[in-house]
This record gives sequence, C-alpha cells and structure tokens, in this order.
Amino acid sequence: MDSFTPWSALLGGALIGLASAAMLLLNGKVAGVSGIVSGLLRPVAGDTAWRALFVVGLLSGGLLLRWLYPAAFDLSGAPSLGLVALAGVLVGVGTRLGNGCTSGHGVCGVSRLAPRSLLATATFMLTGALTVFAMNHL
Amino acid sequence: MKVISFLSGVLFAVGLGIAGMTQPAKVKAFLDVAGAWDPSLALVMVGAIAVYTLAWRLRRRWSAPLLARQWVLPTRRDIDAPLLAGAALFGVGWGLGGFCPGPGLTALASGAAPALVFSAALIGGMILQGQAERILRRGPLPGPVKES
Repeated sequence: MDSFTPWSALLGGALIGLASAAMLLLNGKVAGVSGIVSGLLRPVAGDTAWRALFVVGLLSGGLLLRWLYPAAFDLSGAPSLGLVALAGVLVGVGTRLGNGCTSGHGVCGVSRLAPRSLLATATFMLTGALTVFAMNHL
Repeated sequence: MKVISFLSGVLFAVGLGIAGMTQPAKVKAFLDVAGAWDPSLALVMVGAIAVYTLAWRLRRRWSAPLLARQWVLPTRRDIDAPLLAGAALFGVGWGLGGFCPGPGLTALASGAAPALVFSAALIGGMILQGQAERILRRGPLPGPVKES
C-alpha cells in the first residue's frame, strides 16, 4: 500500500465536489460528465453552450495540469490501444444506458441518496472490481 | 452561467488530476480489491461527497440557483434494467481501461494516444447507444434533462 495517497485523494475529491457544487448552486445543473457530454451529441438550442464550455474547461484544466503537475498524466496503467478502444466504447454505451458515471451517479447522486445512483454506483464498482480481478488474477 | 461552467470544468479537471483519477494504474489499484489494493480513490469519493452534500443541503433551502432560472435535476426514482445493465457495462469498461469520462477527456491535454483513443471511443459508444435506442424504438433520448 505504498501507493496510498490519502491527502491528495481527499483534496482532489474536495475540488471535484466544489466544482460540482458550483454547477449546482450557481447554474442549477448536475455535474455529471457523461450526461454533459452526451447532451452535446444531440444539441438542443439554448442548452449547448454551457455543456461545451464545461468540456472546454476540462481540457483547459488538463492543460493546467500538464504545465504544473504533469505526473497526473501517467497513463502507463492503460492497456493496449485496442483494449482502450473497447473500454471507451463500453464506457460510452454503459454511461448512456445507465444515465450516469462516477461523477453523476457516484458523487452527485450518492450525495443526495438517490436510489438509482446508489444502486448504479454499487453496480459499476462491483463490475469494475470483477474486471480488474479477471485481468490480474485469471 | 457560461463562465461558471467553464471555471467549474477547470476546477473539476484539476481535482481529477490531483486526486489521481487520470492515472489508470491508480484506478485499477483501487478496483483491485483482491490484490495490491490502493484505497485512495475511495477517499476521492469521500472528499467529493462531503463537499457536495453540503451544497445539496443548501440547495434545498433555495428556491432557485444563483445564476440560472431553475433547477434542472433528475427526478427518476425507479430501478430498471437499463440502469443496472448500463452501470455494469460502464464498470467493465472502467476496469478494463482505467478511464471514466471525466479523466479520459481531461487527459486529452496530454496528447497521449490512450487518451485520444479512449475519448474517441467514448464518443463513439455514446453515439452507438443513442442510435441503438432509436432503432429499438425506445424513442430518442429524452431531452437534455438527463438523469445525471
């Protein structure tokens, strides 16, 4: 467990929570990344700009990280590009079908004790763990 | 409203980076409960939920958000097969690649191939699902007021 990084995890989590809180209290929206992005794929007039700006914000934050904390982008744990592509498709399909991801369900939904989010989060944690188990130990 | 969306995105990405969510190895180590388990990402959720819970309590006392006209929030409470199947599939993809949507997109800033491939495949998967729902006559995805 020498990779255990409790303080940066808590800080990072708090910043994620803060960003999501700002979206909620200021804009009245849920900061669920999969929902925000999928809404861009079927643009509705008047409902697109804020989504696009959030995504641009993500990318800009990424650039900030690249400049100040490039270690954040240690992607060495990713599998081969073929498997990454498969993973991406599964995440794309799954988050649309299940209406959310780690931010939408895992943070926003769980915080308000939404039954759908509690169950969804437990489910993706379970299948995530099973998948890693299968990859590592089978 | 738009400026806040942008700034929120920036802060969100920085949070993801500091938290370690943009490192597939860290994600997989968190999910590797039977192996060399690294529980760090559990604390990411704790930190995020702690802050968001406070915000949620505030919002229940407000009649409207500060910079928009109304709350646009999920209302469904039913548990159905698509929810569970979708979450299950998402989890498999997350465990397989080590990326979920936010970190995958944020990592585009690195220009690294895995981030590019993941993000493209993510979009592709979302489009695929949207088309499949249309074809299966479940109707088009209901408006922008999505679950989460």
